[in-house]
Amino acid sequence: MKNFGGKVLFLDRSDINTDEIIPAKYLTEISKGALKPYLLEDLELDGFHIELIKGKNVIVTRTNFGCGSSREHAPWALETNNINLVIAESFARIFMQNMFNCGMMAVELPAVIIDRVFKQFSGKDTFLETDLQKNMFIIKADGLTEEISFNISDFDQSLVDAGGWVEYADSRY
Amino acid sequence: MGKTVAEKIFDSHLVDNPSEDIHVIRLDAVFCHEITTPGAINDLIAKGKDRVFDSTKIKAVIDHVTPAKDSKTAMQGKILRQWALRHNIYDFFDIGSNGVCHAIFPEKGFVRPGYTVIMGDSHTCTHGAFGAFAAGVGTTDLEVGILKGVCAFHYPETIKLNITGNMPEGVYSKDVILSIIGRLGVNGATNRVIEFAGPVVDKMSMEARMTCCNMAIEAGATCGICCPDMTTVEYLWEFIKGEYATKKEAFEEFNKFSPDPDAVYEDVIEHDISRLEPLVTFGYKPDQVKPVKEMEGIKVDQVYIGSCTNGRIEDLRVAAQVLKGEKISDCVRGILSPATPKVFSRAMEEGILKIFMDAGFCVTNPTCGACLGMSNGVLAEGEVCASTTNRNFNGRMGKGGMVHLMSPATAAATAIAGHITNSSFYRGN
Repeated sequence: MKNFGGKVLFLDRSDINTDEIIPAKYLTEISKGALKPYLLEDLELDGFHIELIKGKNVIVTRTNFGCGSSREHAPWALETNNINLVIAESFARIFMQNMFNCGMMAVELPAVIIDRVFKQFSGKDTFLETDLQKNMFIIKADGLTEEISFNISDFDQSLVDAGGWVEYADSRY
Repeated sequence: MGKTVAEKIFDSHLVDNPSEDIHVIRLDAVFCHEITTPGAINDLIAKGKDRVFDSTKIKAVIDHVTPAKDSKTAMQGKILRQWALRHNIYDFFDIGSNGVCHAIFPEKGFVRPGYTVIMGDSHTCTHGAFGAFAAGVGTTDLEVGILKGVCAFHYPETIKLNITGNMPEGVYSKDVILSIIGRLGVNGATNRVIEFAGPVVDKMSMEARMTCCNMAIEAGATCGICCPDMTTVEYLWEFIKGEYATKKEAFEEFNKFSPDPDAVYEDVIEHDISRLEPLVTFGYKPDQVKPVKEMEGIKVDQVYIGSCTNGRIEDLRVAAQVLKGEKISDCVRGILSPATPKVFSRAMEEGILKIFMDAGFCVTNPTCGACLGMSNGVLAEGEVCASTTNRNFNGRMGKGGMVHLMSPATAAATAIAGHITNSSFYRGN
């Protein structure tokens, strides 16, 4: 199972699409590792530059993250940068499925909670731990700690446990 | 309780319910192209599972960058080509016979009402125009589809869009779908199927329906679906005439997948297009749409006519009507990419290519190329493209470029003027 904790990258925008996550011109790469330098290269967000990605392991963002293209290169570009968890108010369907299919996690939280996390932690050196037994995120920064429970479906949980959809499907169908 | 089209298809294809709301369904077709499939092929090889569930149900095409532009794209083509050969995938389309996937596969009769289709491409929703459930998926779903012929989805909730009114002259299916995306927003249909219905859809050709379903994903939808009718039967007849004695018999078979009168929808939206004007996008999201008259005068550097959205023969005919006898602006680079070889040769027979070329367009081979900034018309920083494609995302057609989505008619008028306009053909309100 992958690591689902670490430093948090806050992306305060909705509708971040997969072309922004990994531009199409890099889809000619066949190895996942080759995508590493290009993650979020075309992200349109004031104050963002790709240096901010360094050392981050979790993304917290707003609505409809991962809209657009079906490219699994988007989760791969995250994975190769050691980001296996994205927390958002909502996701585009294909992106969310791709994340769990790769054994990664895309977790939806209500708007009020996302809003509170942004208010309390954005701009700070924030660390997030995931307790998969209790389905709980523990977020810490500047002596402040917040525990947030989350839900993922039984099916998504079984994909995370199996290490992805290929492994799951191959053992069952 | 009655069922929607998608519910009927899901219920007839159910393999497993690993949890209550997840349906693993049997696939009737798995479509593949050279950008998202090589990852699946390589992973299957690495896992010692280089097999296909049914070589007759897998269709493959090299379309995104063709002919190859560099060593990397050449390798992607090579991986797909060798895999298709190795597994006896008869329906594989390479140089000379290849075209944009969502244009060429319907043209070959590969999609039928009631089918389930996946492809590693978000615009797979196009094929819902045939009354099929067709969804874009990632490489892992594609890989399992290739290996096992199944895919997992949430049981689909459906939004019914009842499109009414008379289509004003100079307004096309592209304007209709842009108006719908503008109304629903880019995530207005996320995790849902859109059923396009009503008198406007009933009158649409299959090509116009494909344009609508193609952009369902831009509202977040899993699939756009049109109910099968005699228009569907007529389009498919050359492929199915051996299977049915009469067209009526084919219709009766397909009609099993039409929605029940008491089908339950998550939402039913009435969408009157009587006063619709030609639309164009602004900004970087496809739901940012305005009437052309509000964008009139914005200068463009390039006009692109093509893609899985609007690269079919009807689109080319409409654009050619506007371009006939005209010259495009000296400030504009005009690019036409007919979506398939069949479209290309029909356009040649009908004199359409000559009209485009006389107007000053460059005609390229069928390919996805410029639509996603991979080849054949990439924008430079600060350039503007009027495009009949489907996405205006930041950097979509080239880093720092701006894309305005519009119908082929508006794109042609814009090419002549050198700025966004429809004044040469639209005589509306």
